[in-house]
Amino acid sequence: MYPSRFAYEAPTSLAEAIAILDRNGGEAKILAGGQSLVPMLKLRFAAPGTLVDINNIPGLSDHWLDKDGTLHIGALVRHEDLEFSTIIADSHPTIAAAAELVADPIVRTRGTFVGSVCHADPQGDWAATMVASGGQIIAQGPNGRRAIDVREFVLGPFTNALAYNEIAVEAVIPAATGTAKGGYLKLERRVGDFATASVAVNLDMHGDTVHRAGCALAGVGGRTIDANDAINGALKGKALTPENVEAAADAVAAMAEPRSDHRGSADYKRHIVKTFVSRILTNIANSEQKAA
Amino acid sequence: MSVDEIKIGGMGASRRRVEDNRFIRGKGKYVDDVVLPGMLHMEILRADVAHARIKSIDTSAAWEVPGVRLVLTGETMAARNLAWMPTLSYDTQAVLATDKVRFQGQEVAAVIADDPYIAKDACAKIVVEYESLPVIVNPDQAAAPGAALIRDDKENQPTNKIFDWEIGDKAGTDRAFEEADVISTIDLHYPRSHPSPLEPCGSIADYDRATGKLTVYMTTQAPHIIRAAVAMVAELPEHQIRIISPDLGGGFGNKVPVYPGYVISILASILTERPVKWIEDKTGNLISTGFGRDVYLQGQMALRKDGKILGMRMHTISDHGAFFSDAQPTKFKIGLMHSTFACYDVPAAHLTSTGYYTNKAPGGVAYRCSFRVTEAMFFQERMMHAAANDLGMDQAEFRRVNLVKDDMFPYRTAFGFLTDSGQYDKCMQVGMEAIGYATFKEEQEEARKRGRLLGIGISTMTEPLGAGNSREYDILGIKMFDSAELRVHMSGKAILRTGAKTQGQGHETTWAQIVAHELGIPADDIVVEEGDTDTAPFGMGTYASRSTPVAGAAVAMAARKVRAKARKIAAHLLEVSEEDIEWELGRFYVRGNHDRGVTIQDCALAAYSNMPDGMEPGLENVSYYDPPNLTWPFAAYFCKVEVDPATGVWDVLNFVAVDDCGVRINPMIVEGQVMGGLTEAYAMANMQYITFDEAGNCIGSNYMDYLLPTAWETPGFELHEVVTPCPHHPIGAKGVGECATVAGPAAFVNAVMNAIEHTGVRNIDMPLQPNRVFEALQTGQDVSGMPPVRVE
Repeated sequence: MYPSRFAYEAPTSLAEAIAILDRNGGEAKILAGGQSLVPMLKLRFAAPGTLVDINNIPGLSDHWLDKDGTLHIGALVRHEDLEFSTIIADSHPTIAAAAELVADPIVRTRGTFVGSVCHADPQGDWAATMVASGGQIIAQGPNGRRAIDVREFVLGPFTNALAYNEIAVEAVIPAATGTAKGGYLKLERRVGDFATASVAVNLDMHGDTVHRAGCALAGVGGRTIDANDAINGALKGKALTPENVEAAADAVAAMAEPRSDHRGSADYKRHIVKTFVSRILTNIANSEQKAA
Repeated sequence: MSVDEIKIGGMGASRRRVEDNRFIRGKGKYVDDVVLPGMLHMEILRADVAHARIKSIDTSAAWEVPGVRLVLTGETMAARNLAWMPTLSYDTQAVLATDKVRFQGQEVAAVIADDPYIAKDACAKIVVEYESLPVIVNPDQAAAPGAALIRDDKENQPTNKIFDWEIGDKAGTDRAFEEADVISTIDLHYPRSHPSPLEPCGSIADYDRATGKLTVYMTTQAPHIIRAAVAMVAELPEHQIRIISPDLGGGFGNKVPVYPGYVISILASILTERPVKWIEDKTGNLISTGFGRDVYLQGQMALRKDGKILGMRMHTISDHGAFFSDAQPTKFKIGLMHSTFACYDVPAAHLTSTGYYTNKAPGGVAYRCSFRVTEAMFFQERMMHAAANDLGMDQAEFRRVNLVKDDMFPYRTAFGFLTDSGQYDKCMQVGMEAIGYATFKEEQEEARKRGRLLGIGISTMTEPLGAGNSREYDILGIKMFDSAELRVHMSGKAILRTGAKTQGQGHETTWAQIVAHELGIPADDIVVEEGDTDTAPFGMGTYASRSTPVAGAAVAMAARKVRAKARKIAAHLLEVSEEDIEWELGRFYVRGNHDRGVTIQDCALAAYSNMPDGMEPGLENVSYYDPPNLTWPFAAYFCKVEVDPATGVWDVLNFVAVDDCGVRINPMIVEGQVMGGLTEAYAMANMQYITFDEAGNCIGSNYMDYLLPTAWETPGFELHEVVTPCPHHPIGAKGVGECATVAGPAAFVNAVMNAIEHTGVRNIDMPLQPNRVFEALQTGQDVSGMPPVRVE
């Protein structure tokens, strides 16, 4: 690969990294897993003056749960760290379900959760799980840290809310107040292909009743589709009966903004969204029954 | 005592691949690993538009980039009569565009610089002014009245049509259709694909002005053909050209042709008097080098009520891109398309073909079996599927009625091929048993009642592998034989060279096994070398599954001639007459006295130290082998799928592949070949295709758009074997490398169709993406052509 010429920096502290970003005034780009950035460099779609490799900065590689169950994901946590995590299956089932469907097994060894959210690809899996789960990104800059709701963080395709001298250091995903349930389904022509359609569903169950429902879609619009209100309107305070599941699937499918292309017609993609919402919710309902 | 053949790695031993020792350690030596002193680097500027007149090319800014040594355009090539070169199908192809560009990705200029970064930077500074012309991306557009003329450079080329061609018995076929009870029709498209070897194409040209010698390291499957072509194009004497094809990272036919990059790097080396390296990037490989398929296939079949085929008609419309550069035998314009239906007893057949130029990359060379056999067999098995349905007959039964029976060999096909051996029905039985065919219909019914959609697809075929013989097959007039040179050293170790060229098939392993089989020398004692035209005997290279049928046969013949000489030496050593010498593997002995003998190694030593009076010293032979016929392997594939009615996603539940490729030299390598081919077949059926938008932009120029299968989604395959030795091959082997790619796609498609055709749908063209299967299920209508690129 023969990218355009760039300078390479490998700071060993966040302060140093932020100083480099600050000094370069917007001409620098963070390199974490590189699974989106490096292909763009190769194709010369991106030609940053400086790459700031954050892989040597300690303290960014862990994910952990607070006492209240809040999940923290450091900036260097790889997709596969979440795929093989032993702590998130019960507390954050939506994240756990998506982890094994992100990209392909090779990319998952290098790519990072936070980097993927920052990349703000409308087809990105993690941004959808973040929106469905009410997650936040912690940004750190010369003036300290701030928390940004993911819905305000992703501004549009490939655009995020970070200032040029800020680094996304962590993702924070709240815990359920009752029992967390969720799922993630993606239709792709081949592992690693951009999604034809993806659905993230996240439920906070109080007994048999949905306390809060979250949902987001990827691949079916020019941005990550926030379907939280649609699913919550159909399910909040209700049980997962077949009628309610059907109503929720219809409400979410109506939120999709798909375009017809070589992966399928708009109608087909909308139908897939509906099918996937229905399948995730039905699976949850069936597993509840088994448990009971 | 004779040696144990399996122990010495002879025929039938699943010997580990010796070349893998270096490949898995990252120690392979590919063209890009070669570094020569003073070497410069070349980058090619490619057209970003598909059809446009070149108004001007301004290279001044590129010349000014520090480290740039040379900038070449069509004008500089033309000044040396190198702007155009001949193709393998008697057409011409632009090396660097002079008048206009004819496809996106066409070579327009080249920069030679101190390093590849500089070359790439400088390429971006070349300014080309284009005047747009109407773009033609399919044969319909090419044939339309008033269509823009793509090849206005040629005389006597008033339209975009390249050829009309026909073969077969038209009158007899017409009569068969008059007598038919049932006429079945089908209309298919086999999408364009690209072989996409992991290693793209590249070359290092090194012209030495002092000696006049040109050495070119090159990614080529056919180094000797390339040497002949270079001699012709560059007007250099053949003995002063040395082509070295080192390790190849896959070929699949993509590395047969001469590409502009090779020619440009040669001229660049002559002009700079420095070695010049050109390594294509992945996109360059995908958008400009030899593609596969891109053919419309229309057919009709005349049938008797009882299921007997009376005749078939076929018409093909092929899209060759901007230059007709198919690699195929001279006299067949659409390759061996007429090998279609070779495994069935068809009394009358007629094929017509029309080929067109379009504003797309040239090729039609590959992929893992061309000569158009892949298209021929896909057509055949989709036609058989439709015909069985139209007759209301079981798919397996319909095939068994019409397959050529064991006692009919040698069998002359309606198109004139002579098939010589096979046990087709036995293969069917093995496959039906393994897939559980007898109980499937019941299982399918039951599943359907519960809303599940199951299907079985069958694909059976014999294909012509191992081009030549020389009577019928040549490329640019050079007859399609091959060669081997075996040299046994005095210690009984040996070196073997052939005119073929391995690209990963494992020649270094299997050729040694043939020698071990013939001479009893352990395979580990034999080194195999290929790819250097200064050292290897002349051969036509490796493609068309021809290595084992042709070069492999030459290896056996060379070994037999060595053995004949060794026998004379043995007689001398044992002090008996040659007539009294018997052979067992690895050893000669005196008839009637088994204990009195000498090993092949004893004979080798004597060949250099104690030869009989009057005998030339040494123990070696060069053998050229011209096969009497093609080889005809048989495949019977059974695929079982389940289609998800809610999404159109289909999963392969089981895939049974029964292959009869004659005697298997190394069963493990054969199985690897079959699995690799089936993986590619699965991808063809499902996802792997290249398309173009209206403006001629290639959709499939990178691995985000062009989907190669991974281990993740590729199903498992269950392999079975039947062995019918090839009657004319010295060791009874037939070609196998391409069988699975050829026979596989129809098995997958037929299976999906079998699962959903109760809705009335007759065909979904590949790729069978979930959305297309879903659409067919919903509407009961066929889904034809390529997926649309964009729909507003």
